Amino acid sequence: MNEFLTQYAFLIVPIVKIAILVFIVLTVDAYLTWIERKVIAHIQARWGPHRVGPHGLLQPLADGVKFIFKEDPMPAGVDKVAYFLAPFITLMLALTSLAVIPFGPQRFTVFGYQTGIGIADVNISLLVLFAITALSVYGVALAGWASNSKYSLLGGLRSSAQMISYELALTLSVVGVLLIAGDFSLREIVDHQGSAHGLLSWNIFPQIIGFLCFFIAAIAETNRVPFDLPEAESELVAGFHTEYASMKFAMFFIAEYTSMITVSCLATIMFFGGWLSPFPASWTFTHYLPSVLLIPFGLWVIFDGIRYENLFGRMVLPVVGAVLTLIGVGLVLFPPVNDAIQGIFWFLAKVFTFLFVYVWMRGTLPRFRYDQLMSFGWKFLLPVSIANVILTSAVILWRMH
Amino acid sequence: MSAELVIFFVLAVIAVLGAVSLIIQRHPIHSALSLIVVMVALAGLYLLMGAEFVAAVQIIVYGGAIMVLFIFVIMLLNAGEEERTNFSKLALYAGIPMAVAVTGLIAAALVNSTRATSLPAAGAAGTLTSTRTLSNLLFTDFVYPFELTSFLILVAILGAIVLAQREN
Repeated sequence: MNEFLTQYAFLIVPIVKIAILVFIVLTVDAYLTWIERKVIAHIQARWGPHRVGPHGLLQPLADGVKFIFKEDPMPAGVDKVAYFLAPFITLMLALTSLAVIPFGPQRFTVFGYQTGIGIADVNISLLVLFAITALSVYGVALAGWASNSKYSLLGGLRSSAQMISYELALTLSVVGVLLIAGDFSLREIVDHQGSAHGLLSWNIFPQIIGFLCFFIAAIAETNRVPFDLPEAESELVAGFHTEYASMKFAMFFIAEYTSMITVSCLATIMFFGGWLSPFPASWTFTHYLPSVLLIPFGLWVIFDGIRYENLFGRMVLPVVGAVLTLIGVGLVLFPPVNDAIQGIFWFLAKVFTFLFVYVWMRGTLPRFRYDQLMSFGWKFLLPVSIANVILTSAVILWRMH
Repeated sequence: MSAELVIFFVLAVIAVLGAVSLIIQRHPIHSALSLIVVMVALAGLYLLMGAEFVAAVQIIVYGGAIMVLFIFVIMLLNAGEEERTNFSKLALYAGIPMAVAVTGLIAAALVNSTRATSLPAAGAAGTLTSTRTLSNLLFTDFVYPFELTSFLILVAILGAIVLAQREN
């Protein structure tokens, strides 16, 4: 058995990792919808989901069950192949793009197979991501065309035009980072930002223009507010997915949230030092930050739970709080474990900050008009990112001499 | 059979099936989709040969940009299903012998090239040519062809803009 594992480790280890990652990502996607609804609700002085489970925490589960059991009618005159293919292409590409992202610094050996946190450590991971982004236009374009509906077709064409336009700015905005790091590998890009000074050596400072261009273009690529014209409900009903229902509709949304996660990971890795701590390496006391956050939060959840309005909440919330508190205490008691999770802690903290910014923007900003969107992309974002490339290369050249 | 060979045959079969489907599909969109399958399978073959940069660019440029344009044009023209016509006489009497001849020629060239030992061996499967090596070559030894190509593409872009602006 052990020999078999050693021989086929190159096949088994990635498959297991893929299964774990897909499970985690789908769960995070589900709870991202909860966070989004809750945060927007509080921005707009509402309660948000509150009925299903304590604080509406089981709402994503209820939504999932609803999507599975809903009727899935197919409109007349659709192009069957493209109609079925479109949601699958969209979801598949969104999930594939996560495969090249490294989530933490550790490398370890399982059954003689060397691997890291993250599925594939490719030399050209950034190019692979752009290749996947380039293909993801098809999902939207095909969905819009195949549905045999005017709204869908207009939404699909609009969306693909938007994605193609902003793809240019997206690609050009990261060239500055590539010039600094001199490598396409995301792991190399993070390692290049490491130094004893903590956050001062991150790419965000020399590449602030690049970061702004990247983040704006990335929001447009993921079709989020203020660039959510593809699903402008006041003019296009729901854009390219008007005619989709049930699980196929859900697949478009899982894909959208997954690409939000990918973009947040990418912004973290390229501009904010990935898994590196923002504090200087000599400040070892900052290693207790995960516990400092977890223990008070866990205690607060216990306190909130014992006075919750219904019995189910009074039973579940204190247990969740106790688990969180115990994890926090455990991290203090076992320093090796605490040191090991530092990288992942910072990575996740940064990624969730970006996800929060996404949601925050949805609660704050109005939608662009179509001509504003196009002229902003072509006449402002693209020239600025080209100028950033020229500026960065000039500085690098000047430093070399 | 090694893993590389298995992957090669899988990708080769996908590419050939995609190419055949490109021709026999009756709807232009389906033909365009088949062409995308061919492009992606070819990118996989490039990757197998160790040309990772070329593989990624193949998908970004051909699979992404160019084919999106194809699909866009087909959608905007609202092209419907094509009708099948009778088999053309010219295709029957001139096309089939030509196809056989070309296939034979390529096969003969391949057989000859495997026999000859003087040919420079391509990179062994599994070894990757790094992007840095590629770009060093591109910007030192091949800088003139590279710049000339960029210039040609710029001229093509200008030409497209001029053609589009003529009507106004």
